[in-house]
Amino acid sequence: MTKKHDVRALEDVVVKFVGDSGDGMQLTGTLFSDVAAIAGNDLATFPDFPAEIRAPHNTIAGVSGFQMHMGERKIYTPGDMCDVLVAMNPASLKANLKWAKPGATLIIDSSTFDEKAIGKAGYTDSPLEDGALDAYQVIQAPITELTRESLADLEVDKRLAERTKNMFVLGIMFYLFGRDLDKPLEFIRDKFKARPKVVQANQTAMKAGYHFADNTEAIKVTFKVNPAPLEKGLYRNITGNVATAWGLLAAAERSGRPLFLGSYPITPATEILMELTKHKSLGAKVFQAEDEIAGICSAIGASFGGSMGVTTTSGPGLSLKSEALGLAVITELPLVIVNVQRAGPSTGMPTKSEQSDLMQALFGRNGESPLMVMAATSPANCFYYAYMAAKYAMEHMTPVILLTDGYLGFGSELFKIPDVNDLPDINPPMADPNDPYFKPYRRDEKTLVRQWAAPGVAGLRHRVGGLEKTNIDGNVSTDPLNHQLMVNIREEKIARIADYIPLQEVNGEPEGDLLVVGWGGTEGALASAVGRMQEDGHKISHAQFNYIKPLPTNTREVLASFKKVVVCELNSGQLVNYFRMNFPDIPYHQFNKVQGLPFHIQELTDTFTKLLEE
Amino acid sequence: MYKKVEKSPVELTKQDFVSDQMVKWCPGCGAHAILAAVGNVFPKIGYRKENFAMVSGIGCSSRFPYYVDTFGFHGIHGRAAAIASGLKIANPGLSVWVATGDGDSMAIGGNHFIHVLRRNIDINIILFNNQIYGLTKGQFSPTTPIGSVTKTSPHGTIEHPFTVSGLVMGAQGTFFARVPDNNVKLMSEVFFEAAKHDGTSVVEILQNCIIFADKVHDHITDRSMREERQLFLKQGEPMIFGKNQDKGIILNGTHLEVVELGKNGINEKDLLVHDMYTRNPGIHRMLGWMKAPDYPVAMGVIRAAPADSYDELTERQIETAKKTSKIQTVNDLLRSGDTWEI
Repeated sequence: MTKKHDVRALEDVVVKFVGDSGDGMQLTGTLFSDVAAIAGNDLATFPDFPAEIRAPHNTIAGVSGFQMHMGERKIYTPGDMCDVLVAMNPASLKANLKWAKPGATLIIDSSTFDEKAIGKAGYTDSPLEDGALDAYQVIQAPITELTRESLADLEVDKRLAERTKNMFVLGIMFYLFGRDLDKPLEFIRDKFKARPKVVQANQTAMKAGYHFADNTEAIKVTFKVNPAPLEKGLYRNITGNVATAWGLLAAAERSGRPLFLGSYPITPATEILMELTKHKSLGAKVFQAEDEIAGICSAIGASFGGSMGVTTTSGPGLSLKSEALGLAVITELPLVIVNVQRAGPSTGMPTKSEQSDLMQALFGRNGESPLMVMAATSPANCFYYAYMAAKYAMEHMTPVILLTDGYLGFGSELFKIPDVNDLPDINPPMADPNDPYFKPYRRDEKTLVRQWAAPGVAGLRHRVGGLEKTNIDGNVSTDPLNHQLMVNIREEKIARIADYIPLQEVNGEPEGDLLVVGWGGTEGALASAVGRMQEDGHKISHAQFNYIKPLPTNTREVLASFKKVVVCELNSGQLVNYFRMNFPDIPYHQFNKVQGLPFHIQELTDTFTKLLEE
Repeated sequence: MYKKVEKSPVELTKQDFVSDQMVKWCPGCGAHAILAAVGNVFPKIGYRKENFAMVSGIGCSSRFPYYVDTFGFHGIHGRAAAIASGLKIANPGLSVWVATGDGDSMAIGGNHFIHVLRRNIDINIILFNNQIYGLTKGQFSPTTPIGSVTKTSPHGTIEHPFTVSGLVMGAQGTFFARVPDNNVKLMSEVFFEAAKHDGTSVVEILQNCIIFADKVHDHITDRSMREERQLFLKQGEPMIFGKNQDKGIILNGTHLEVVELGKNGINEKDLLVHDMYTRNPGIHRMLGWMKAPDYPVAMGVIRAAPADSYDELTERQIETAKKTSKIQTVNDLLRSGDTWEI
């Protein structure tokens, strides 16, 4: 590469690709991210697609985006505001300019800024001409036209030429970030290998974009993001939903219990269902049920049959599953319920993320119906927590709700690939086929866990069901004292899982002025905000909860060690009220946001600063 | 290989399937006959007794699993078919039986009922059709005849009832049989056929609820009516009925017609011959639809059409994938696709 521009080294950078639904922004963003990952950057990504499948051309409703955050340091989130915005049409610029930092670099396809498209986007005058972009570094070029010209010798049809403009843009971006084209050209070859013409067109367009960037005077500075000091090992990029699916497969393999998924498609959880259907070679049985209720009931039937029953859903689906969750509680069968949370109530905003199902997970059933509730905190650790959810479900014979959210499910980050054999052992309490004293509700004294007795074994014949049963024998009973006993046992059985989960960790000093508490998918934002304030010398620490019912045994101690505690949630205050129930003597502050958006670092640091000053 | 249900090495008897639980149905309830028929037929089917699993929903019918000495799952209202689906797919080496009622399966569980049939999962559904909600004490159900006075229809129901056979075949069911609750012998034979069928089988029992809908089936099932009002279907045999075996069924144009043998030159060879195995549901639908008093009500196995079962197809796909896929362990999966060393 010729060094005719200044090169600016960046610690981290947020890039956002936006365009019309058909412009290929997801592929563009994915390819750009993969190249960054191979170059050794840490990264996190988040796709932002429109709610409509094919919204009208060139409208705001049809804008599709892909945001990525890469750096030479640990990257926790896909980032708030972007440093580089690539906008393929007026509508995408209009919808996203507010997410660009002041002075950000904008790369704009000026070919698409005709009068009609400008009007459809809601602009009266072209933003390229009226000074609206003066505060930014604008690299504008007639990208569509230039792409077409670059392909003139290839005899490709007009449509294909149009569709490769995203590769032209990528060529510009790779130049801008000092990446060579070897890897991206190889990706294109692999991706479209069945269609040589498409490979050739895309590669040509990308090279043309690169050369254009090399020659244009609009680029005054290029960027450099050095490799992050990542732990040595084998890596891949993974989304939270795929990581969840794989964690479940790993648990099935390690436990020796076949995986059965009963599930109904629902945004944003469907990808788990789709992913698991691909892995029949691992013995996974996937049943796409007729509704949410059949999803969970089939999984309960499978668990009764000796398989690891799983159902995956999002909030409204969890509501539909409530009655059957109670059935899994009373039959004391293992069951994993993954709830990829979205904005509610009701249908709410299916593609937007929220943490508002915590109370539903804890209490949303009839009767005294305790079960285990836990949460993953990053796209990659969905793998581990899905694995652990299955482990606890089987070892403690209980339904376990694993809460993730749309932000984790669709988001991706680097995943250091583990060896499945290094994961914790899973030992389901299978009944001994030769036990002459087998009783369905006989329990382990320490854990209160009953045994798992799948049909097909002569000595283990028994019945379970939704009616209250006597302890040990498992006969139907309406005896008042037996019911009290069983209610107490079911609660205590869950409480005792606390002895098998890790203590709550605190990032930072174990005591101080302010403890920032979160749970689930907000970890990245909270860790970033707290990290910044720690660097500034504040006595602030951070605790992110993965285990919510039961809570880690040191929870009270952690909370009581700080002058102030602020619980930050993307809901109106669900964990904080659960804490108030459990530890009423501790005064809590809370910071809540329910906009279908993640926390921004700035609003967090502002809140924490204020609390520290008060 | 697809795992079929294991046979019992020793011959079992009715007594082997009697559980230690007290049977709590009302004296005179039709359900007792169903339990007796199951007791007759399970030993004859010949599977090991621990390979039977009984699944139920909610209602009088759904107490059934407690009374059979094998594995049992008493589920929640309407969901037996869904629970049984998961059980059979997960564990195809079981013979899975569902005990359910007209309310449980056709109202609250209607969705699961039609979809298990569409998928043709190899489970056997015994549908206790007493045309009433018994356990909740006498509200009308989806099969209660229009105009019936019940606890929730003091002025008579204004709902058109389901015909069970119509719903089964409309949902592309592959096996449907009907039996009155006072014919334990036929019931046992039909259960045996249901067990043999690879796919979902539905056996509708015209069951009497002695308390809340007494005698609703009497115009068909009463011994004095039996010959004139019931048509006993037998594979490969002409459709003949009547006290003197002098009536039969013919296909006249697009509908079935009752004829008298010997009249208008009609003789046995003009009658329809029963073919339960044909895939075409046309005649099966018409037979299921026949209602008293214009027609005799068809009894026995009306339809037993061969079709692949969901559970067998599942096993075949897994078998193929295991043979052909490069991904044999989760470690293989984790390392597939784009990965890189750092």
